[in-house]
Amino acid sequence: MASQSKSPKRFAALDSLLQGLKRSRGSLLVLAVLILFPFVFARITGTSVNEGPAKYWQGQFIAVFIMAIFAMSYDLLLGYTGILTFGHAAFFGGGAYTMALFLTHVAPRFVKTYRVSLPGGLDVTEPSAFLLAILLVVVVSLVLGLLFSIVSVRVKGVYFAIITLAMAEAIHILSKATDFVKWTGADEGLHGVPVPAWINPTQYRLRFYFIALAFAVVMYWLARRIVNSPTGRIFVALRENESRARMIGYNPALYRTIAFVVSALIAGLAGALFSVWTVSATPSMTSAVTTVNALIMTILGGMGTLVGPMLGAAVLEFFGQFLYQWFGARWPLVFGIIFIVLVMFLPYGIVGTWRLRSAQWKRRWSLRKQRAAAQE
Amino acid sequence: MDAILQVENIHTFIGQFHILQDVSLTVERGSITVLLGRNGAGKTTTLKSILGLTPPSEGRVIFDGQDIRGRRAFEIAAMGIGYVPEHRAIFRDLTVAENLKIAERRRGDLDRKADFIFGLFPDLKRLYRLPGNHLSGGQQQMLAIARALVPDNKLLLIDEPSNGLAPVLIEQMMEAIRGLSATTTVLLVEQNFIMASQLAQAYYILDDGKTVHSGAMADLVKDKALIHRYLGAVGESVGGER
Repeated sequence: MASQSKSPKRFAALDSLLQGLKRSRGSLLVLAVLILFPFVFARITGTSVNEGPAKYWQGQFIAVFIMAIFAMSYDLLLGYTGILTFGHAAFFGGGAYTMALFLTHVAPRFVKTYRVSLPGGLDVTEPSAFLLAILLVVVVSLVLGLLFSIVSVRVKGVYFAIITLAMAEAIHILSKATDFVKWTGADEGLHGVPVPAWINPTQYRLRFYFIALAFAVVMYWLARRIVNSPTGRIFVALRENESRARMIGYNPALYRTIAFVVSALIAGLAGALFSVWTVSATPSMTSAVTTVNALIMTILGGMGTLVGPMLGAAVLEFFGQFLYQWFGARWPLVFGIIFIVLVMFLPYGIVGTWRLRSAQWKRRWSLRKQRAAAQE
Repeated sequence: MDAILQVENIHTFIGQFHILQDVSLTVERGSITVLLGRNGAGKTTTLKSILGLTPPSEGRVIFDGQDIRGRRAFEIAAMGIGYVPEHRAIFRDLTVAENLKIAERRRGDLDRKADFIFGLFPDLKRLYRLPGNHLSGGQQQMLAIARALVPDNKLLLIDEPSNGLAPVLIEQMMEAIRGLSATTTVLLVEQNFIMASQLAQAYYILDDGKTVHSGAMADLVKDKALIHRYLGAVGESVGGER
């Protein structure tokens, strides 16, 4: 600490920036690889970056980015705050349906009736309709997050998990109710959602790839900031022992609500982007399977690590692809067995187990060095 | 004298069990007061009732001039009561630094108190970056007390600080608690009568959920019959040695 205060002030900012870069060099490396991936892949396969296998694999990665953020938002609740919920699909599906419904039913009318232009005369009606859709997704996610957290004040643990399952199922039933077939398409869902041309995932795949990547980076940065903040430490304290957190003067309900609202917001935005990516919204997005996927990704990658669930999402998506090629529609059966084995041997997930083991290796290594030094 | 805490005729139920049946006590500002009594007499429940973790159903708890009975535990804690429960209640997943930082009520609390805290518990400075679960039992106990010192608490409730500690550490713990009383008030639950008698100025004896005796510690140490009656053979032999 003393040396820091001695160094000139104008270098302090630069110093901390360099320190930050050094600490996150792993993530920056991954980011660089992902930025270069479409071009390198196209070069290696000798195809254009805008078609064929390059386009196909960009699509695979887009799906991974979105699911990674969804899984990460689940980790904020399960891994950091210790809240087990089976209702996460409600946020994802809620975001997806809000976006799809708005773009299908409201945006066209909005574009016809209103005209929004910048002072220079540039017509921005369509972008502002899209912006409005995003704002609406934010509002819906916040409301859903609050709704779930109100329940969490009254009910705890497994009982809470069951109630969240029921709440999410209610939304699932709503999404496929025939009463609203005119708007939601009921069982069929909404297809061919008129997304703005500039973000069309089929036409501008590479652009969408970078939008999804940027979205993932921003959401990860946001989540990382939160878990490293004093609020994040209170999340961990709540996970470990709620009554101890109360003893030192924290209101558990308030912090659970913060966790829920942030998690719902991130999951809702991920759902909205997913509906743009698939130009659809279907009841499967609100179903319990979607929640279970987030749960599997989180446990597979490692709870309470943020990057773990993102890695878990990648593993599940890509591994699922290969398993599908080998086993066809029965692949979840095979994956289930693999999952059981993984949980038995990697109880802390991929990232969690890696961190544990590498700490052990480091300790053993330094012990061995000490012993060698003592023998000399 | 100026009382910081007055507990008046409280009754506390846990489930259907009537644990505290009329407990009253007064803690003077700047003093160390000890709660004595056999296992199951209701000492821990008294501390928890003050903090609202097991809210009393009757009576009054007046802290710093306000009746706090019925308020929620986190509100009471935030008013300036630090609680150090039995069994080293630290956050094992957080580092020593984070355990202390999380107890801040205002930004910079820890920076202001760091010298004082590390003066009392020099070990914690060395362990600053370690996760809580790497600490020994004694170190965890010290961290639990240190955490209660980070904000400006007016009253500390400390439950069995000597429990399970090696004799050397008990000495250290006693020094630390004595050092605390210079700046704050302590209500202590302690089974170790030597420790209790050397630290406290006032005592309350609980038996079967009632306060049965109270007074100045100096008088209790002389009264072997009383010690024998409520604290059993251990208390008596210890009292006799003095």
